[in-house]
Amino acid sequence: MTEAWIAVAVIGAATIALKGAGTVVLGGRPLPARFDAVVALLAPSLLAGLVVVQTLEGDDGIALDARVAGVAAAAVALILRAPLLVVLACAAGVAAAARALGAA
Amino acid sequence: MEASTIMPDEKADCLRRGRRDDSALARPEVLAGARAVLPIAVAATAFGVSYGILAREAGMGVVAPIVMSFTTFAGSAQFASASVLEQGGALAAAVLAAVLLNLRYLAIGISVAPSLRGPLVRRLAEAQLAVDESWAIGQENGRVMRGRVVGAGLMLMVGWCGGTVVGVIGGGALGDPSAYGLDAMFPALFLALLVGLVKDARAKRAALTGALIAIALLPVAPPGVPVIAAVAGALIAARSRS
Repeated sequence: MTEAWIAVAVIGAATIALKGAGTVVLGGRPLPARFDAVVALLAPSLLAGLVVVQTLEGDDGIALDARVAGVAAAAVALILRAPLLVVLACAAGVAAAARALGAA
Repeated sequence: MEASTIMPDEKADCLRRGRRDDSALARPEVLAGARAVLPIAVAATAFGVSYGILAREAGMGVVAPIVMSFTTFAGSAQFASASVLEQGGALAAAVLAAVLLNLRYLAIGISVAPSLRGPLVRRLAEAQLAVDESWAIGQENGRVMRGRVVGAGLMLMVGWCGGTVVGVIGGGALGDPSAYGLDAMFPALFLALLVGLVKDARAKRAALTGALIAIALLPVAPPGVPVIAAVAGALIAARSRS
């Protein structure tokens, strides 16, 4: 019980600090132009990283499972310019179907 | 009365752009964020339930996991720390796993900071709502729409924390959310928003480099590191010409 509360306090404080550090350090000031370019590119690089990790991360490195089928279906929906809701439904539906058919 | 000197729609436009030194949020933008994140919030709720069940099994009790969902408010870190504790691992290992997974919030916090308005306390509070999904939904033409992040973040918080409450109190009826493919919705959301962002050569380079770094590190680096390392894609692309 105590161990759980220490984990809640320490992880909570660390996460709040990580989320807030940019706000404290950058203040409300506009960024210098050079830094601005990097910040604008944070979104595509980080989103790409999140796509890769949340599609492929397994217990032991890379795992190819039903998520890959789901994200591939989402990619097809995106190419066909489907609205976001349809894209998400394709991802969930195909991943669920793949699992029902026996994929991990 | 400054408000009376500008037309109402002009004022709304200023708020939408977040240009004025005004901490008031544009309501339509907040609602747009909440609406856009709704399907993802449903998935987050289901995972909140399974987190609550896991935390209970890990011996965290009822109140601590709920408090953690409000304060830490980061699914992967909470799952990781509860798993370590559930397997009888050391407290330090649980903390380390969670902090590594949340290192990406340093980058997300920097990305969202220039868009925040108002006094420091308010900006810090809004920064807490910038989680992966709400931050992603706030993206528009290379900048972050603050109102959308807040609306989406609040919606996700309701789902994640509400799900946690159900899970710790004893909900197990839903079963594994992955069986419904809900885990595939998160990368699909990030992919959809990424497609809208990579309009020029530099953004494409940043995304491609980030993805390659993440793939290369996945088999060797501890969880959390591949994502934060993907940020190097932004640094490399910023140095490149055009």
